[in-house]
Amino acid sequence: MKFWLPAVVIVLAAAGVAVSRINEYFFFAAFVVLTYVVLATAWNILGGYAGYVNFGTSAFFGVGAYTAVVLFKWLGAPLAVQIAAGAAMGALLGFGVGMLTLRLRGIFFAIATVAVIFIMETLMINWRYVGGATGLQLLRPEAMAPFGSYTRMLFLVMTVMAVAAVALARYVQTSWIGRGLRAIRDSEEAAEASGVPTLRLKLVACVLSGALMGAAGAPMPMYLSFIEPASTFSLNYAIGALAAPMIGGTTHWLGPVVGALLLVTIQQIVTVTISSEINVLVVGVLLVLFVVLAPDGILGFFKRWLRASSR
Amino acid sequence: MNFTRRKVLGAAGAAALASAVPGKRVFAQQGAVKIGMSMPQTGPLGAGGQAALLALRIWVDDVNQKGGLLGRKVDFTVYDDQTNPANTPGIYTKLIEIDKVDLLIAPYGTVPTAPIMPLVKERGLLLMGNFSFQVNARAQHDMWFNNSPWNDASSWSDGFFEAGKKAGAKTVAILAADNDFAQSLANGARTLAQKADIKSVYDQNYPPATTDFSSLIRGIRAAKPEIVFVMSYPNDSVAIVRAVNEIGVGSQVQLFGGGMVGLQFTPIMSSLGSLLNGITNYNSYVPGMKYPGIEDFLQRYSKRAAEAKVDPLGFYLPPFNYAIGQILEQAVNATKTLDQKKLAAWLHANEVKTIVGAIRWDKNGEWAQPRVVQAQFRGIVDKDVEQFRQPGKQVVIYPNDYKTGELITPFEKARGGK
Amino acid sequence: MAFSFDLLTEALLFGVLLGCFYAAVSIGLSVSFGLLDVPNVAHPAIMVLGSYGTYVVASHGLDPIVAGVVLMPVFFVLGILIYRFYYESFEKRGTEAGVRGLAFFFGIAFIIEVGLILVFGVDQRTVQAPYIGSSLALGEYRIPYRMLVAFGVALVLTFALTLYLSKTFTGRAIKAVAQDEPALRLMGVNPVRIKQWAFGIATGVSALAGAMLIIVGPVEPALDRLYIGRTFCVVVLAGLGSMTGTLGAGLILGISESIVLMFFGASWAPAVAFGLLLIVLGIRPQGLFGR
Repeated sequence: MKFWLPAVVIVLAAAGVAVSRINEYFFFAAFVVLTYVVLATAWNILGGYAGYVNFGTSAFFGVGAYTAVVLFKWLGAPLAVQIAAGAAMGALLGFGVGMLTLRLRGIFFAIATVAVIFIMETLMINWRYVGGATGLQLLRPEAMAPFGSYTRMLFLVMTVMAVAAVALARYVQTSWIGRGLRAIRDSEEAAEASGVPTLRLKLVACVLSGALMGAAGAPMPMYLSFIEPASTFSLNYAIGALAAPMIGGTTHWLGPVVGALLLVTIQQIVTVTISSEINVLVVGVLLVLFVVLAPDGILGFFKRWLRASSR
Repeated sequence: MNFTRRKVLGAAGAAALASAVPGKRVFAQQGAVKIGMSMPQTGPLGAGGQAALLALRIWVDDVNQKGGLLGRKVDFTVYDDQTNPANTPGIYTKLIEIDKVDLLIAPYGTVPTAPIMPLVKERGLLLMGNFSFQVNARAQHDMWFNNSPWNDASSWSDGFFEAGKKAGAKTVAILAADNDFAQSLANGARTLAQKADIKSVYDQNYPPATTDFSSLIRGIRAAKPEIVFVMSYPNDSVAIVRAVNEIGVGSQVQLFGGGMVGLQFTPIMSSLGSLLNGITNYNSYVPGMKYPGIEDFLQRYSKRAAEAKVDPLGFYLPPFNYAIGQILEQAVNATKTLDQKKLAAWLHANEVKTIVGAIRWDKNGEWAQPRVVQAQFRGIVDKDVEQFRQPGKQVVIYPNDYKTGELITPFEKARGGK
Repeated sequence: MAFSFDLLTEALLFGVLLGCFYAAVSIGLSVSFGLLDVPNVAHPAIMVLGSYGTYVVASHGLDPIVAGVVLMPVFFVLGILIYRFYYESFEKRGTEAGVRGLAFFFGIAFIIEVGLILVFGVDQRTVQAPYIGSSLALGEYRIPYRMLVAFGVALVLTFALTLYLSKTFTGRAIKAVAQDEPALRLMGVNPVRIKQWAFGIATGVSALAGAMLIIVGPVEPALDRLYIGRTFCVVVLAGLGSMTGTLGAGLILGISESIVLMFFGASWAPAVAFGLLLIVLGIRPQGLFGR
């Protein structure tokens, strides 16, 4: 109840905002912020709870986006179907990557996930149906009734997705899965020795994480009316999804949310007022600062309150 | 009495003086007319984009001197999209929603323009095209008007293939970047090669980030083609020219070039110098072509280019970008409105006279009469920018209306026989 | 793509040259990651920084290789500073911090990349030299001189570094610190100072690697992303800690890439390094020649 009431209020508020007369650009920027809330939350399931630093967020995100494009181009599929399919493909890729790489430690796992990004990107570059390196222009359908524009509808969809992602992360955190993952993070050998099914748990985390990232990627082609591999598989998604939880805090589901809201809002403001280069610099600098000075993130300052609520 | 009359006379005199002095226009009280765009000022198209931008600024100054549009001052907002197609949707959304511009101009180039076609079509906005190739083919937006002297692939490659056939060529190698421009052109070229009875012996796409072309040139050489049709963007064009000079493309090649963007930018032409000799490439304007008012514009442009430290010659893009301004000016003045639909309707129905000739558009917003030329570089020496002002450095071999010479073949001979 | 022995031979030749070049640019990582276990994913970014440094120094009229050598001491100091900072913030605090150390280096890589964009813009940069732009003609084959130069420098560098690590006291101490740190401490040598010195060398070498990078082709700030794959592929394939293994691994990568480039097209070539990396990690994570 403590969680669901605010969650429902947020969704209703978003719906209200979406039909209001607020400037269109707000929705354009807010969509990106919400996308990163989902990505950061997804990343944290494997990265924060289990301690497996995944640098391949862009691969799952991109797979979700391209799945959506294929379904849209082939069948004219509606957005809900695109998102479901994106999640499914993300989950599948998560399973595959997990089977291949979860036996590797620390940096090897991270580098392997980076490799997956480039391989997926190269596959898309060589697939003419989705446009290859040239990309595809996409003519999106008319916006549905109460929404003034398609972007406003996407904003609401993304809000719902963000709430769902956080709900999932919260469930994982407080359930037996979360306890197992924490055991793995603290000492994998000890966990194995005491009978924790480490590989299975890690795979579950990988699959859930991948599914959410794929779902987050699915609306992106509709958002831009355009898709091309370089920006879809950009490392910027990987570093943003990693930086947000590191900034917000990795032990609690609230961390990625706080981190993403803060980080990406700053980035969007900087993009509009200064330039888009500086916005990448913002991520890098904040990441380094927090990782060095505040390893527990923003939530680390509220540790005691959190320890009580995560039981 | 005297005091007041003096004051009134003084005020009248001042106003008269103000309107007599150029550049001191008194504009109507209504807000400015905002024109907005993003221009690739850095990145692969950057060198061309900077020159194009200067031409547009010259037009904005010219039109404000004459009293602006509809009596209102023209405000010009430009962002740098770095030739990155991922940046343009965000920039144009900002132009529309935050800067609230009245008139939109597309960025220079097919690659940055492609992503915003669905966006402007959805919003029903007029978009002035800027040297893109067939970028409206998919969206079929009826409020798109291009400023470039080509239409479809045929307008571009017909001349190239014809010149090759005259030299007895029967085979072609196609090398195309995997981007919007090159792929559109390549697709067209493949069909046209078949129709012209020319056999394709090599056909490769390369990803835009490719920097080392030695393997690709080797592959072309091994296929022994007589025509090499290259569709590339500036960075690749430079790398390909250098690779050809580094390892050679084969003695049987009669004709090389065709669709290489960037070999029209002055900084690239002067840095490649003699490496350009023998290459036959497309262009929009070479010295010697007669258009009303273009020489005067180029002189004014050169002066300002020297100050702004951009392309001093300004042959390729600037006249056509100045023409965008002229097109907008005539449309707005004729319809007396900024209403996007009315402007588009007028442009579809009328011919516009510009410093690059009279322009009439077909239903897709491309030129009804294409005027793109194919010209061969001859006698270029290194490290000399001014040489390109002389006619004879780029000999036009197609179309007949502008022809100034015959193609020299084979390619190795035209290069200076290395 | 038609197959012919001529093309294959040329691809192999080019691959050997390319492979040695890849080995040379990875050798810094072999030291910092292979020997010292520092998760230095910023290594390619530092190398690109070296390329831009070479560009700036060479624009004053110096030959690019000389420019690279001039930059080596500067980068050596930079390496020491980075390692010191990394050690104080992360390594001292144990393995939990190791994960954050990784994030730290990613952050550094991004900061370097964006810094370069802010200073130099996104445009490509090249250098000029008499050996860039022409090639050696061997019968039907054409070998670009810039590749030969990079090949030569690569061999000299690998050779010099291998000698240093096996013949000098500090060199052997570096290898020792990788194998048995407590023993080294017992001998009275401060392992932190050794590691710091080694990281400095690895970074200094990156300056020269950067010079070779800009000789071989144009550079732009985002180039480091592609080289993460290539350098880590070489280091992992070689096996951590093996210097000569780096040369062998580099050759394998170079030849594979060249063959894929020739016969499958330029659009598959970028995936070769990453694909090879995944395969090695999946089948034999300890590499071919490692400890």
